[in-house]
Amino acid sequence: MESITQKESKPAAKVGIYIFLSIWALINIFPIYFMFTFSLKSNDEIFGKNIIGLPAKWLWSNYATAMKTGNMWLYFLNSIIVTVAAIAISLMAAMMATYAMTRIKWKFSKITNAFFMLGLTIPIQASIVPVYVILSRAHWLNKYSTLIIPYAAFALSMAILICTGFMAEIPSALDEAARIDGCGYFGTFFRIVLPLMKPAVSTVGVYSYLQCWNEFMFANVFISDKAHKTLPVGIKALSGQHTTEWGPIGAALVIATFPTLIAYLFLSRKIQASFIAGAVKG
Amino acid sequence: MKKLKKGFAIFIFLLPGLFLFVSILIAPIAVSVYRSLYDWNGFSEGTFIGFGNYIELFTNGSIKFMTALKNSLILAFFSVFVQLPFALLLALLLGRGIKREKTFLSIFFMPVLISTVVIGQLWLKIYNPDYGLLNRFLDFVHLGAWKHTWVGEVGTALGSVIVPTIWQYVGYHMLLMYAGVKGVDIDLREAAMLDGATKWQVDRYIVIPIIKPIIRVSVIFAVTGSLKTYDLVRILTEGGPFQTTEVPSTLLENMLFLRNRYGMGSTISVMLIILCFAFALAITAAFKEKD
Repeated sequence: MESITQKESKPAAKVGIYIFLSIWALINIFPIYFMFTFSLKSNDEIFGKNIIGLPAKWLWSNYATAMKTGNMWLYFLNSIIVTVAAIAISLMAAMMATYAMTRIKWKFSKITNAFFMLGLTIPIQASIVPVYVILSRAHWLNKYSTLIIPYAAFALSMAILICTGFMAEIPSALDEAARIDGCGYFGTFFRIVLPLMKPAVSTVGVYSYLQCWNEFMFANVFISDKAHKTLPVGIKALSGQHTTEWGPIGAALVIATFPTLIAYLFLSRKIQASFIAGAVKG
Repeated sequence: MKKLKKGFAIFIFLLPGLFLFVSILIAPIAVSVYRSLYDWNGFSEGTFIGFGNYIELFTNGSIKFMTALKNSLILAFFSVFVQLPFALLLALLLGRGIKREKTFLSIFFMPVLISTVVIGQLWLKIYNPDYGLLNRFLDFVHLGAWKHTWVGEVGTALGSVIVPTIWQYVGYHMLLMYAGVKGVDIDLREAAMLDGATKWQVDRYIVIPIIKPIIRVSVIFAVTGSLKTYDLVRILTEGGPFQTTEVPSTLLENMLFLRNRYGMGSTISVMLIILCFAFALAITAAFKEKD
């Protein structure tokens, strides 16, 4: 044991490693600090006197500008509606499908599962042209469901993958017993399996949340009316209008980011775990 | 009767998932493949031209597909040979169990959570030619000659897109690799150390071979992610200047909105799918061969 501790304490190397890690940490924190501080500054400060310091005068009015004239409150609400609905739909669909594929014995269950897993590699761009044409012909652009349905569909494969792992941990004796007691497939699923899938809900939820909350390409192509824009598209529009005023743009960036960062502050382990679950099994 | 009931249950349980999956992914891809063989403006019936679009994609320089493909491959190159080794280094250092390891891990992962649109806007503020941090920093250290209109000049625009892209996802790959490193049996590590191996030797000969499957996943994600890249290009350069930073996805969008060439747009979609699958298979095969 002693030899290890001796090797451990090569102070110069150790300090070097810490300096290296600290510099990289600074590079990762700085953009967020920069965003937060310039969201509270006037152009005078940002452009001249006080580039990277704390704001001399805390201009909360930038947030009012972003919210009111920049419509950020509306985009924020839209993002919440779209994200929550997409997660709910894909999660429910995924758990039902996973149940059918892993808990009921039938011939093509494995193939069906492999079919769903194709979605992990298919890029979102693959279906954009036909979906766009169909939606525009059906006058279905610029609605909430224009984004909710594709988001739910693209979150589905990962949700099934993660749910499969969690469902395997529920002892099958449990639902077999329920079946023997006269519970049907639906009763077993809703009363026995679903309540035990709570950990899967949060893991899938975190993963899908980030995917939907930050999605830009579909939203940019499918949504052109102001009333249904989500945050990423809204920010792009706002930065087009306010090219010379940085404060309100900074405020908009903070508004779009802080829910995620605050959640991360409290749930960092959980959030990291869901990314690992998503990739390692893939 | 019982069998019927079971079949019915399976059908109902699969219905929502299959409906979403087939209607948004599978059927549209089939339509994309079919329409990629047409000269089609999205509204008329279109004319069948066989592989005409594919041939034009690679031969007609004004479409810029070769530029776009080259750009995404350059991004993939930096991703695999700069981003991943750096992520691996961080994962190995943190995986040794140093003090504050979880804090560092959480900080390094943070950029992954932020929307690429937000990241793009932030970097626009860094690159701004008059007031941006980068040029003002160069002024500050008396290197004013190095100043550029970063996202607006042919020589620097692509690099200006690559840097934030690489930076943002280092944390993602690091997290995956870190999970692998932490999965290595601690006894194995200690046994090697008792035999006199240095930490670097332990990492090189014990840890890296064990986490190879994760590295493979990271390489696949890095390459397919580079092929699919869209957000930062759209925000930072809009494919400019003079279309030198176009990527396949921005071209695809241009085909729909600027040129009304839906057939060609479908062709680009199909090429993206083919490229993603081909690279994923090739990378998997390359990793198998090494074993």
